[in-house]
Amino acid sequence: MEYFIQQLINGISVGSIYALIALGYTMVYGIIKLINFAHGDVFMVGSFIGLFSARNLANAGFPPVIVLILSLAISMTVSALLGISIERLAYKPLRKASRIAVLITAIGVSFLLEYTGVFFLGPQAQGFPEIINKKQYTLFGSTVQVDSNQIMILGTTVVLMIVLQFIVHRTKIGKAMRAVSYDMEAARLMGINVDRTISATFAIGSALAAAAGVIFGMTYNSVDPMMGVLPGLKAFVAAVLGGIGSIPGALVGGLLLGTVETEVSSLGYSSWRDGVAFAVLILILIFKPSGLFGKNVREKV
Amino acid sequence: MKKLNKSFWLGIVLAMVLYGVIQILLTTGIFDDVMESTLILICINVMLAVSLNLINGITGQFSIGHAGFMSIGAYVSAILTLNFDVPFVLALVIAGLAAAFFGVLIGIPTLRLNGDYLAIATLGFGEIIRIVLLNTEYVGGASGLSGIPTQTTWTVIFLFTLITIVVINNFIRSSHGRACLAIRENEIAAEAMGINTTLYKVIAFALGALFAGMAGGLSAHKFYVINPGSFNFLKSFEILVMVVLGGLGSTAGAIVGAIVLTVLFTVLQQYPELRMIIYSTILILMMIFRPKGLLGSAGLSFKFFAKKEAKPSDSISG
Repeated sequence: MEYFIQQLINGISVGSIYALIALGYTMVYGIIKLINFAHGDVFMVGSFIGLFSARNLANAGFPPVIVLILSLAISMTVSALLGISIERLAYKPLRKASRIAVLITAIGVSFLLEYTGVFFLGPQAQGFPEIINKKQYTLFGSTVQVDSNQIMILGTTVVLMIVLQFIVHRTKIGKAMRAVSYDMEAARLMGINVDRTISATFAIGSALAAAAGVIFGMTYNSVDPMMGVLPGLKAFVAAVLGGIGSIPGALVGGLLLGTVETEVSSLGYSSWRDGVAFAVLILILIFKPSGLFGKNVREKV
Repeated sequence: MKKLNKSFWLGIVLAMVLYGVIQILLTTGIFDDVMESTLILICINVMLAVSLNLINGITGQFSIGHAGFMSIGAYVSAILTLNFDVPFVLALVIAGLAAAFFGVLIGIPTLRLNGDYLAIATLGFGEIIRIVLLNTEYVGGASGLSGIPTQTTWTVIFLFTLITIVVINNFIRSSHGRACLAIRENEIAAEAMGINTTLYKVIAFALGALFAGMAGGLSAHKFYVINPGSFNFLKSFEILVMVVLGGLGSTAGAIVGAIVLTVLFTVLQQYPELRMIIYSTILILMMIFRPKGLLGSAGLSFKFFAKKEAKPSDSISG
């Protein structure tokens, strides 16, 4: 039982990272029906910016908590700008093109980010500085362990989720986002600036991915230009699992996928871990394509 | 129908002339080994692109797991020739059939899906096949199989490529092909007109997988080694790009796309540092400025020698 709870805790901390990336997928898909394959690479860029900021800020002698908050803020801001530029330069000209053309562009952007990263930073992994020293806490006597990093991860995810819920449901831009995702043409007729709303969606999604990137770096202590590929695909699985287009769905999907993966690894099948993620994807697509929290959209004749 | 037959035989004759010319250039040594390898690679990619075009371009089923079928063909044929001494061509046919079987297997459950969801499901299937191969000791695990006899020659590959193009192109022009096109244009309307959409989607998947499997077998018997890493998502994507670059829904486009991309890759090999950056930039610019591909949706025929073809319909969406 304690072992199970331990794995659950580990799973939740991996799942939080998936959930943060999945939010970006789900928001972009909800608004322009695009599987933004470049999203995993925005996560990578965010992680590297976090790495450089943390290194420089720590050298400048800031206290650890300030270093963490500032690195997160810098990384999220730069990635948000990156997300907006990608949307403006690559996706906006294709607003009326076929879906397959947009999908290929997204994969093209993903390659461009990856290999530009390899070109400038080299293919080898780099160490991520330990911003805040890890502390171990024990629960239930001495069997279950939680470290400060895992608490910080869950804390950051929850705070960002609350902020996101606030933006989407209580602000004007959030209202515009919901309107555009419901019916783009009608929203345009109502005087909503659709292009600006889409840019805002990309900005928010990219900022969340960057936050996930910094957290990922702190958890695994190593970042490389190709690190976005697999977490990116799995975050997409998480988004589909929760019901693509649904924000609570992305959170639940991410946590669920992280937990399942950790359980599979802990049972000694770690080389099958990625396979299980995709098997989950196919099962959910076959039996409940709208996902756990998704709306059932009827096909128009 | 007479006109169709004429253009069909004209195509075969032109293909034979092309084969003869290249064969002469190869035997006289004007084309060296590197050239021959590139030609074989082009043919493998043409087979893959033409077969994927049947699924994606003609039937409108958005599949991005084609490398999965290719890997099944490659592994089956390699094991047959390595462990069971099966003759090369027979091994290729069995490899194709095995891939087709998986095509049906994958086709049936995913029939409930369409658009992006199908794309993601096929991607998932491709990855699962790769992970299963990676974890199976019998096929060498992560290091894969090596020492596969090199039996793919220019003659063999040309024959298989020609068969692929002829079979798929004739299928597209038959009433079955029309049914597939109807599914692409509007699935619900096609169903209402009495077309068995399930059957045709499975046929398209099976036929596409059959030739992808053969292409996989041919590539395994060209490059001595196969490992699960060479049939990943990147490979599936590469085949998809060939199809879209040439013009989705056009057999001629798939052939042109495969040739252009293979040559581009071979040329870019000289700049390993910048190769993928250049490749992805070209890809993005191509999609922005000419999303319909090089040839649009023009079909493979020689009718344009006689009279100008009717305006090709708009590219598909969805």
